Amino acid sequence: MAPESAVAAVPPEASFDRRADHGPPALLVRGLSHAFGARQVLRDVSLTVGRGDFTVLLGLNGAGKTTLFALITRLYHSRAGKIEVFGANIQSAPEAALKRMGVVFQQSTLDLDLTVEQNLYYHAALHGMRRGAARQRIGEELARIGLTERRRDRVRLLSGGQRRRVELARALVHDPSLLLLDEPTVGLDMASRQFLLDHVRQLCRARGIGVLWATHLIDEAVGDARIIVLHQGEKRAEGPLDEILAMTGTRDLKAAFDLLIGSAAAGAAEGDAP
Amino acid sequence: MTAAQYSLCLAGIVRREALRWLNQRGRFVSALVRPLVWLAIFAAGFHFVLGVSIIPPYETYIPYEVYIAPGLLAMIQLFNGMQSSLSMVYDREMGSMKTLMISPFPRWFLLISKLLAGVAVSIVQAYIFLAIAWFWEIAPPPSGYFLVLPALILSGLMLGALGLVLSSFIRQLENFAGVMNFVIFPMFFTSSALYPLWRVEEASPVIYWISEINPFTHATELIRFALYDRFNALSAAVVVAYLVVFVGLAVWGYDPGRGLMARRAGAE
Repeated sequence: MAPESAVAAVPPEASFDRRADHGPPALLVRGLSHAFGARQVLRDVSLTVGRGDFTVLLGLNGAGKTTLFALITRLYHSRAGKIEVFGANIQSAPEAALKRMGVVFQQSTLDLDLTVEQNLYYHAALHGMRRGAARQRIGEELARIGLTERRRDRVRLLSGGQRRRVELARALVHDPSLLLLDEPTVGLDMASRQFLLDHVRQLCRARGIGVLWATHLIDEAVGDARIIVLHQGEKRAEGPLDEILAMTGTRDLKAAFDLLIGSAAAGAAEGDAP
Repeated sequence: MTAAQYSLCLAGIVRREALRWLNQRGRFVSALVRPLVWLAIFAAGFHFVLGVSIIPPYETYIPYEVYIAPGLLAMIQLFNGMQSSLSMVYDREMGSMKTLMISPFPRWFLLISKLLAGVAVSIVQAYIFLAIAWFWEIAPPPSGYFLVLPALILSGLMLGALGLVLSSFIRQLENFAGVMNFVIFPMFFTSSALYPLWRVEEASPVIYWISEINPFTHATELIRFALYDRFNALSAAVVVAYLVVFVGLAVWGYDPGRGLMARRAGAE
């Protein structure tokens, strides 16, 4: 069940005014479909992540979230539909699109045998950053996640929560304006989960980073988050919480989610914290 | 992206590969011990079994250890090529491959950088092996140590590219044991690494012809000739041809539009 407090409004303390910005959205997906052989994984999905928006992509395991992420990050192309990052098409202008994108994948992609710093420098090099500029950005991001003292430790020595934080820092080293996180809190304890969630929401407000946060945990759709419900490869709803509640005629997101994904799967969603 | 940024990216990829190699002490040691075991045990056992006549590039009768040393250099590169490409894919479901692929640089550039990084590491190992092999009286002319460098670069690139091709196409090679059984050992045994091909031809014409088209044979011969101040034009041409084909296939295999990565993902 979804505790009421989890969807309570958080006062907007914006230093970034998203309405003042009229450029193309951080992420625009239109008519995206994808199949693995005969298995259709995504069907005509369209969605938007605005600048400075914290957008939660809510779906059960197997809803197509990871495939959507793979297509947005150009691991492979879709046959149908288009993806634009700040107006740059991922297929025809991948450089411009990937430059502004930071990604935290579902499975850890850190090198366990390298130190925290070495992992971050590697990422900076992959974005063509000079050593000096990289040093400064890495210092800033490590300070922000509170792991400055661990920077010379091998990643293997870090806890799961710390590794996730390093991955978040890594995704931010090149100063992206769009941040994608695929189930970033899986396997983390309550404190680490909360840290990550607060930290990312702070990034939206302070730096105007557009965030797409994929999860199957309903209570991560907190406050003023925009919500997208994905089920069996189809988008079932998109909008702020109050709109989704009004549309479904329900009182909390858990009930709305169950309704949106159909009664067969009702009760399968995890509304509680692990 | 500017030329300076391209070189920063390449340097970063090479640095990471070197750090990984230094940090994984097990990999470091086994990469060195493996060829030394062949040299110490296998060569000792076969020392009197296989008589080697005078064949180019050698100008005199040579002990068996001297004969197999170039093949073991190529073996170091084969292992390295397979390890750096395949481990990248199988380690935690393509994790490090994803890190590489979301870089804004063109994918062909990232793949070739990865390849160069693997070759840099394998060349360091090859020279350490040559230094130790000197104590087995494998002492090529001093100039050979320099001339073998371009041969090692070329063969290392070719064998590394083969690893990339396999990593993009083959799903069944679930672990390194599979690669050992179906790629490394067959390539090693059907080549001129352990015995001269004229001896193979006497025994089995079929295996002889397989050995003749085996890229590993030509990598070995290129290294063997270079080590003794000679240039084997045929082997060089064959190695370059395979290199072009393998790099082409790898870039094709990792092209996001071809969907090979997608097919892998769909199969999981």
